Amino acid sequence: MSTLEVSPAEPVCANAGRSVVNDFSLQVATVNGSGSQTANTVLMRAMFQMGIPVSGKNMFPSNIAGLPTWFTIRASKHGYVGRRKEIDFLVAMNAETAREDVMKLDAGAAVVYDEPLKLGDLRSDLHFYAVPFDKLVAPVCPDAKLRKLVRNMIYDGVVAWLLSIEMDEVHRALVKQFGKRKAKAAELNWGAAQAGFDYAAKTFTKTDPCRVERMHATAGKIIIDGNAACALGAMFAGVTVVTWYPITPSSTLVETLIGYMRRFRVDPETGKTTYAIVQAEDELASIGMALGAGWAGARSMTATAGPGLSLMSEFIGLGYYADVPTVIFDVERVGPSTGLPTRTQQGDLLSTAYLSHGDTQHPMFFPCSMEECFTMSIEAFEFAERFQTPVFVFTDLDLGMNNWMSDAFHYPEKPMNRGKVLTAEDLDRLGGFVRYADVDGDGVGYRTLPGTNHPKAGYFTRGSGHNANAQYTEREDDYIANMDRLAHKFEVMRSHVPEPAEETRAGARIGMIAIGSSDYAARESCDQLQAEHGVAVDYLRPRAYPFTTHLAEFIRRHDRVYVIDQNRDGQLLLLMRLELEPESISRLRSVRYYGGMPIDARTITDEVVKQEGK
Amino acid sequence: MSTAAAPPPKKTNRIGLDVLSYKGSKTTLCAGCGHNAISERVVECFYELGVQPWQVAKFSGIGCSSKSPAYFLGLSHSFNGVHGRMPAIATGALLANCSLLGLGVTGDGDTASIGLGQFMHMVRRNVPMICIIEDNGVYGLTKGQFSATADLGSTQKTGAANDLPPFDCCALALQWGATFVARSFSGDKKQLQAILKTAISHRGLSVIDVVSPCVTFNDHVGSTKSYAYMKDHDLVLNEFDYVPAYEDIAVEIAEGEAVDVRLHDGSHLRIRKLGRDFNPTSRMAALTAIEEAETKGEVLTGVLYIDTGKPTFFDLLNLPAEPVATLPESRVRPSRAVLEEVMEELR
Repeated sequence: MSTLEVSPAEPVCANAGRSVVNDFSLQVATVNGSGSQTANTVLMRAMFQMGIPVSGKNMFPSNIAGLPTWFTIRASKHGYVGRRKEIDFLVAMNAETAREDVMKLDAGAAVVYDEPLKLGDLRSDLHFYAVPFDKLVAPVCPDAKLRKLVRNMIYDGVVAWLLSIEMDEVHRALVKQFGKRKAKAAELNWGAAQAGFDYAAKTFTKTDPCRVERMHATAGKIIIDGNAACALGAMFAGVTVVTWYPITPSSTLVETLIGYMRRFRVDPETGKTTYAIVQAEDELASIGMALGAGWAGARSMTATAGPGLSLMSEFIGLGYYADVPTVIFDVERVGPSTGLPTRTQQGDLLSTAYLSHGDTQHPMFFPCSMEECFTMSIEAFEFAERFQTPVFVFTDLDLGMNNWMSDAFHYPEKPMNRGKVLTAEDLDRLGGFVRYADVDGDGVGYRTLPGTNHPKAGYFTRGSGHNANAQYTEREDDYIANMDRLAHKFEVMRSHVPEPAEETRAGARIGMIAIGSSDYAARESCDQLQAEHGVAVDYLRPRAYPFTTHLAEFIRRHDRVYVIDQNRDGQLLLLMRLELEPESISRLRSVRYYGGMPIDARTITDEVVKQEGK
Repeated sequence: MSTAAAPPPKKTNRIGLDVLSYKGSKTTLCAGCGHNAISERVVECFYELGVQPWQVAKFSGIGCSSKSPAYFLGLSHSFNGVHGRMPAIATGALLANCSLLGLGVTGDGDTASIGLGQFMHMVRRNVPMICIIEDNGVYGLTKGQFSATADLGSTQKTGAANDLPPFDCCALALQWGATFVARSFSGDKKQLQAILKTAISHRGLSVIDVVSPCVTFNDHVGSTKSYAYMKDHDLVLNEFDYVPAYEDIAVEIAEGEAVDVRLHDGSHLRIRKLGRDFNPTSRMAALTAIEEAETKGEVLTGVLYIDTGKPTFFDLLNLPAEPVATLPESRVRPSRAVLEEVMEELR
């Protein structure tokens, strides 16, 4: 006889009798390659379709099949979509990690588990629901080979019953997930979900407090990952040459882009493309091609992660010294190749700001949301051509590969501006040009594109050993003049990069600074500090490097400023120190997290409270 | 009253440019360097064929060879990149603008050592451009270290012998599927001219390995890439004429024992066989000829292989005829309706 374990009696559970509505984290622990991604996405989408703000984070190993993987769905009526450390509801499908997963839970959490794992006796302060997955899957999936994939859908049904997720929405999400072409697979999975739901309804008495209720907070919104958002940005920026080399977590950025470009960027009349996408032999080649294309006038890009940037370093220096535009997407992760390549980090900041040999400095954009991944990608292409230099768009594995809820993207209204490019007609009018002359006082010279039909269009591109006329020189005055022009150009960028986002609270004496994906945890932490400790915190989120003047002003207005870093050495703080006055530097405090998971609000709050001596 | 005699009209080519329009700045390489001779051949060929200089884009890596694009075609755009990475820069630029005539110049250090991978992939992709390898077996700019094409037993100026066997860039290119492979000697003016002219008309990648003695570091007794060694061991594989499309082929080409290869732009490469039955459209024959010459200590020069049928990288990518770099916004930014369609899918 199968055992049925319902939670122990009331007093044992900390939060029994309490109801937690639309405010919990659900974690599914499975094995990589078991096809759980579909079940998890469907579960998340069903809640999203019920109007509840959700986010999904996939914590996966660097492996194709067989190692543990965790997918966490956070539902938050307040709209918090950053990672939440505490798990309220666990679906334990992986024998290898089940015991540890259960032992880590806070008291009062719920556990749905595969019956043979026999987890019910481990603790008495949790709500356990045992499900005989193998027994349930056999009747709904006659083909034994498919059972491994379909059995995950059973927990969707079980969880739907336990959390009051509407089965109609589960069905809608399933159909959307599989599309019209895979109707049969959708049907099979639907059968499994229903079997799970029916089993739960028949068997369990709901004892844990978590459940959902329909809201209206997601109308019109989309679910997308940051890599897809950047890919869409690149396509709508009019990118024409894309060169890349596969590396986690950036590969899906280009793979998604390839899909969209094939659909939307092929000339319907001629059947010809309006772009070239090349998978290069390595990162040395991908950046070289991107720079060659940028030099020849294309909107070019590459996408990579930290180890790839290391390989690109020499070429990026050349791009800097020779004033060549391109856009480099860095989807940050833990390095090196044998580090934790599937874990997130903001670890490339310091090395990228000064990437390459000699006196180099590079502009970097820090989108924090799906909308910004889209809009700032477009801005990066404009900026690269405006300033004729490599521009970095920094995201990370958390932003890039996880599912985020977002408002729908707005069509770019500003027409494309291709920067200072002289045509044959311009050359006729001007009688020639001086490639690196600072005509407009912004450090950016006028360029011509190869192939311009004019005898005075040609010029010679090389590293830093050139004069304003692009002629070879080793003279010290020429070298200094060129380097000073480049430094001036970088200073001019300061007033042209995207400005920071700021949130202020009445009476705040302390501030917090974060960039990119730290934004969610940082803002939630500001709320926690106010609500739990009565500490008002102002918040500044720089959206680009070089930092704008807002940064120093913000620091001057506060007694102490907490700088959030997802790396060991406090790279954002260090980068800020390099250009702040000592008085401002003395106000900075560091909050660092570098365990490879997305940073969470509680970690920040605890650290700020500790440092504030509260 | 006497009037000054009008200056004789300047000699110009078919597009009305004089030879000066094809020159570059004064060379800074050593007097007698083989690379300078190659630069002169480039000037002559582009002038004689009437190629518009501003339709050409020059690319190079790092080394003495890679400095040389400054010394010819001064009206062309040029990109002196980083060591061994000429192919990447060139590939990117040509993808952006496929109407350019790409002319890459690299050395043996650039191509056979640090940039071997990029060389290989440029060949594999059949990027339509000319790649001249100025091959002298040494690193000149860093003062005479061996490169990967230095022959086994070849000696440095100091007397140190090379104890590793060389790469043969032509044989490698053939094995990787190159569509035009030739070898020449910087001192053979006539042959190098004919090869360069053919390469200009070839639609695909043209690999031209030019043995180009380094007078400072590799022109002594014991060097296999010296002027003296080449004069004694250069085995000319075939004699040939290049006939541009705009010349009357019937008049120019003598009948007889010959192979005629028609190039994409209508030009012809007519190769006269020299006693042996060499077929320049056979990869195997080319590899065998290289191998046989090597065992005899000879350096085989001439057009080793030509294949006019293989698609280029542009064909494979389905690129339009016009440069993608300068397509108007209306063709590279999809419509509002497209964004709405994508958003709807994500809802």
